[in-house]
Amino acid sequence: MQNAERRTLAALVAALLLLTCSWVKAEVLAPDRLDVMYHSYDGGGATIDGPSVLVRKNIGNSFAVSANYYVDMVSSASIDVLATASEYTEERTEYSVGAEYLNDRTTIRAGYTSSEENDYSAQTGSINISQSFFGDLTTLTLGASYGEDVVGQNGNDTFEEDVARRRYQLNLTQILTKSLIAAINVESAVDEGFLNNPYRQVRYLDTTAAQGFSYQKELYPETRNSDAAALRAIYYLPYRASLRADYRWYQDSWGIDASNWALRYTHPVGERWLFELKYRSYEQTQADFYADLFPYRDAQNFLARDKELSEYTSDTIGLGVTWNVPQKWLWVFDKSTVNLYWDHFQFDYQNFRNVLTEQASVGEEPMYNFDANVIRLYFSFWY
Amino acid sequence: MMRWGRVGLLVALTVFVGACTPWVKPYERAHLADEIMSFDRDPIANGYLHHVYEAREAARGADGASGGGCGCN
Repeated sequence: MQNAERRTLAALVAALLLLTCSWVKAEVLAPDRLDVMYHSYDGGGATIDGPSVLVRKNIGNSFAVSANYYVDMVSSASIDVLATASEYTEERTEYSVGAEYLNDRTTIRAGYTSSEENDYSAQTGSINISQSFFGDLTTLTLGASYGEDVVGQNGNDTFEEDVARRRYQLNLTQILTKSLIAAINVESAVDEGFLNNPYRQVRYLDTTAAQGFSYQKELYPETRNSDAAALRAIYYLPYRASLRADYRWYQDSWGIDASNWALRYTHPVGERWLFELKYRSYEQTQADFYADLFPYRDAQNFLARDKELSEYTSDTIGLGVTWNVPQKWLWVFDKSTVNLYWDHFQFDYQNFRNVLTEQASVGEEPMYNFDANVIRLYFSFWY
Repeated sequence: MMRWGRVGLLVALTVFVGACTPWVKPYERAHLADEIMSFDRDPIANGYLHHVYEAREAARGADGASGGGCGCN
């Protein structure tokens, strides 16, 4: 091929690239926004509620900052607490700040979160980068976070243990048709350090005890690796409503396999109302070192009786409504909404027995189950 | 032969570049821009629900939210 032909070929390729991609517009930042939320979890003897405030502000066309203040006020008389201790109250406060930089079709985000309670503190830093391709039909995001926790124990000032948490994420969002968008999320997590709860105990058969069993402290491995992958899609129905489907698969080095799927239907009514209906199903197997009742003290190297590490299923139904406030009522904002969402959880444990049941022989107690209600009441303002 | 190879390369490159052309045009994305098509319409509410899931379930990650130390063990 002659030089002239090479130049022609290069010019042709360059022209094709320009013709196919030149119309692409740069991305824009999300609008300025303030959210104020009251959240509540009530179930299984535990009540956790509190406020959360999230504010986001753009600075120019390519930079944004955000901050979140979040509080959990806990009052717990859960089955774990009642079996081996007494009801307690505590408070957890979390502060987060974030920054976002947008350049053409690339967005870089960085965040820092600090969480404090009287016996646990956690600091986490995160960064991710997003790039949209192919006429903004595809968005790829790579992310990583690193956290350091300090675990304490009330009543034991000498107890202090550390945990290091690492997470790596890959998200791919793809517009498939005029009415269908899908996303694939993959995430690996590595935790190292003191991963059990300093208060929680396991039970073992003890014929010398009046109730037939005794308790000893739980003991977990100091490493936990997990992988999760999720596929989700939202479809715009022939009328103005959408149907969302989610599926997630999960596996970790403690022997737990889990999966969940969910369907969500969102239906606007007129200009002001938006209704949502959701169903979610979750199931998991138990950790390799979990047992409801160990045969004797120190029966294994690792011991767990945390019901969240047992085999169980959980079903959730959710209802929600959003009301778009007429702007003449709150004219200082571009848009304002009032939102109320209620989720009802039902947990059914397959290998975690209710030890509070009287008149049942050891190891023959009924399986534990409970339900929980989660409320999210929040006000959103765009400005 | 070399010439045909280069022509083949040009055709392949053209097809690849052609694939860059979005099959859903910008003016066809009205439905996709509707708020009901968002994976994360209200971050404050979604973040809280993910926190509840992580506190009550062994599984974690791949939920579209960035991870953090929530101290919920």
